[in-house]
Amino acid sequence: MNELLEILKDQPFFEGLREADMRLLAAGASLRTFRADETLFREHEEAAAFYLIRSGRVALESRLPGRRAEVFMTLGQGEVLGWSWLMPPYRWHYSARALEETHAVHFDAPALHACMDRDPVLGYALYQRFAALIVQRLQAARLQAMDIYGGGDVGLGG
Amino acid sequence: MSVSAAERQIPEPMAPAPWRILDVRREVADGEVFTWRLRPESGVAPEVRPGQFNMLYLFGVGEVAISVSATGDDGSLVHTIRAVGSVTRTMQGLRAGDVVGVRGPFGSAWPVEAAEGRDLVLAAGGIGLAPLRPVIHAVLARREAFGRVLICYGARSPRDLIFRDELAQWQARADLDVRVTVDRGTADWKGDVGVVTQLIDRGGFDGRNALAMVCGPEVMMRFSALSLHRRGVAPERTFVSMERSMRCALGFCGHCQIGPHFVCRDGPVFPYPVMEPAFRVHEL
Amino acid sequence: MAPEEMESLIRLLSDDGYEVVGPTRREGAIVYDRLQGLNDLPAGWGDEHGPGHYRLHQRDDQALFGYVVGPHSWKKYLFPPRETLVRVLRREDGGFETQPGEPAPPRRAFIGVRPCELAAIGIQDRVFLEQSVRDRAYGARREGVFLVAVNCAEPGGTCFCTSMGTGPRAHAGFDLGLTEVIGVGMHFLVIEAGSEAGEAMLVRLDHRDASEAERAAAERIWQEAPKHMGRTMPGDAREVLAGALEHPRWAQTAERCLSCANCTLVCPTCFCAQMEELPDLEGNASERVRLWDSCFNGEHSYMIGGPHRSTVAARYRQWLTHKLSTWHTQFGSSGCVGCGRCITWCPVGIDITEEVAAIRATAQGKAGGQGT
Repeated sequence: MNELLEILKDQPFFEGLREADMRLLAAGASLRTFRADETLFREHEEAAAFYLIRSGRVALESRLPGRRAEVFMTLGQGEVLGWSWLMPPYRWHYSARALEETHAVHFDAPALHACMDRDPVLGYALYQRFAALIVQRLQAARLQAMDIYGGGDVGLGG
Repeated sequence: MSVSAAERQIPEPMAPAPWRILDVRREVADGEVFTWRLRPESGVAPEVRPGQFNMLYLFGVGEVAISVSATGDDGSLVHTIRAVGSVTRTMQGLRAGDVVGVRGPFGSAWPVEAAEGRDLVLAAGGIGLAPLRPVIHAVLARREAFGRVLICYGARSPRDLIFRDELAQWQARADLDVRVTVDRGTADWKGDVGVVTQLIDRGGFDGRNALAMVCGPEVMMRFSALSLHRRGVAPERTFVSMERSMRCALGFCGHCQIGPHFVCRDGPVFPYPVMEPAFRVHEL
Repeated sequence: MAPEEMESLIRLLSDDGYEVVGPTRREGAIVYDRLQGLNDLPAGWGDEHGPGHYRLHQRDDQALFGYVVGPHSWKKYLFPPRETLVRVLRREDGGFETQPGEPAPPRRAFIGVRPCELAAIGIQDRVFLEQSVRDRAYGARREGVFLVAVNCAEPGGTCFCTSMGTGPRAHAGFDLGLTEVIGVGMHFLVIEAGSEAGEAMLVRLDHRDASEAERAAAERIWQEAPKHMGRTMPGDAREVLAGALEHPRWAQTAERCLSCANCTLVCPTCFCAQMEELPDLEGNASERVRLWDSCFNGEHSYMIGGPHRSTVAARYRQWLTHKLSTWHTQFGSSGCVGCGRCITWCPVGIDITEEVAAIRATAQGKAGGQGT
């Protein structure tokens, strides 16, 4: 638990949380290892966790009927994975698969939910951080969709 | 009426000098991005600092501004060109042995010396890696003078990645942290997928001490600067390379202005705070 | 000296090998063209300037210089609308060599240069001669010019040189300076030399020292003229515009602006140019040609994907903020000399003094000087 606490304290994502809340998170956390190609979770499964990636690379993918799953984003060291646990229907919006050996901290969501219901200060603090995370992912997705390298000139190269 | 004798010695600044193409290298599969290695027909290549550009001239077609993407020990200069306009599309058809016109070098340089003793973050988007490559070469030539060196490179898709061989060499080095991402992957792409700003967000450098150089489409530079600043990199130590319509490269034709600055003369490399209005004010 | 002595001046200059150019009446305007003699000057003609309005009318006297400026400025000679900068000749081995573009220009004498125009020439000198690279051809043309300035007695309806500190009297920068005094029963030119070349020419003209009365008459003109400006430009135009990049006025003015580029064409300091590659039919030779351009043209800010300044509002803002604001940072002075041409020749009558005043008025109403 101490090791996990140290990991949390080192993460900019959790910066500013009260000591007691950090301990609470650490208490509900565990270290997980995933082999290359191993699935972390599948789209539509119950979202009962979120992860903090310590090393390795995780592909987020989505599948359209009749097509192979397409990786729309990868996450790596230091990145938080998973916001589907925050709101109904509490189901994963996409799948996640390790691309190489990946070490991650797994946080138990249902237990955390209960604590957040009881303690609005904790609830607000976590919602703030996850809202920022979602905005970041949304902006990134927009930039990806904008095809910014498409027709434009860049650095006097054409 | 009279041109001083001293002035007559200086070549007419609007006259291109003939240079020969030594070789042409395709950077991407469909050849839309290609690299020329050039040497002057007479005399020696001028000294070019990282970030500077030349005006490349095609007889009967016109001129275009292209950054120098490497300098050779053999007195050659390397330009990486993307075929998007009339001049560059014609350039696609040229072969080794052909002669083109060169004027330059022009413009301001990346502050490589100012990065000594610091962590260095390079963020490149698309063909923006080309004007940054001379920085990487300069750093590797004196690697011990710099702290941690992080290279973040984003392209549209795996087939759009340029300098692949060199990228692989850089990635293999223990003294470089090279992160490559694409907006869209392919079935056999095992690397990162996502925007290049995500690579910056992962950290791994001391922002407060670092100096950053960013080159790519303006929207990419803007968001990269934000990511860098979130990580503590001082705006004054964040540099961008701007691009505008370029005709004379001498500050006469007025085309390349951004506010009071002439990109050909005061840029293309600028400290981010100087260019901040250009990123904020629509169509400045 | 007597007004008739202008004939001698023109003849002497011509005999000395100068191509003499100056104001002459053509197609309802007073333009700059070759002068063969005194008769080519628009004696007895005056001009009326207003926003989008220009008319000549006959005066009730025979003043030689009873007008201000026309649609031409002296930049048509010093910075020609079309100039071949370099000739490129293809060689057998696939290479090429370059040659100078144009033969040496004729030496010219400019007759009737207004003080605002002297200032404009000085401004273009800073652009073409005082940056890190000199425009040689401009230098050659400029060096050979003999300048005969004329001080303005009757400022025009769109003039505001006083606001810009460029007139209506010229103090330096000319070879000869003239002030025309005309009234009931008198008509003479007060002439002063402004350089050695001017002294040398003055000696060859039939003149005498000005009497007290004659000097006083000229003095009166110099005192009175500044009071009759058609317009004024706020003195803080530079700061006002620098802080107004996102002001709503730009979009409003853009609704009127046709992006026709007239203002940039008539402006004596505008220097934007485009380059064209002109190969000959055989493909053995090509020319690098420089042509006047305008920031109002779509081409001007062209980048792959389209013009960077796609809206008229952005282009109008570029023109005005460059002319009155960023020019200071680039060249150490305003780019505007207050000649009023852009106001007169704007087909919809946009008045830059009014634009600046309007932006200034709203900016002052807000804390921090930012527009809405």
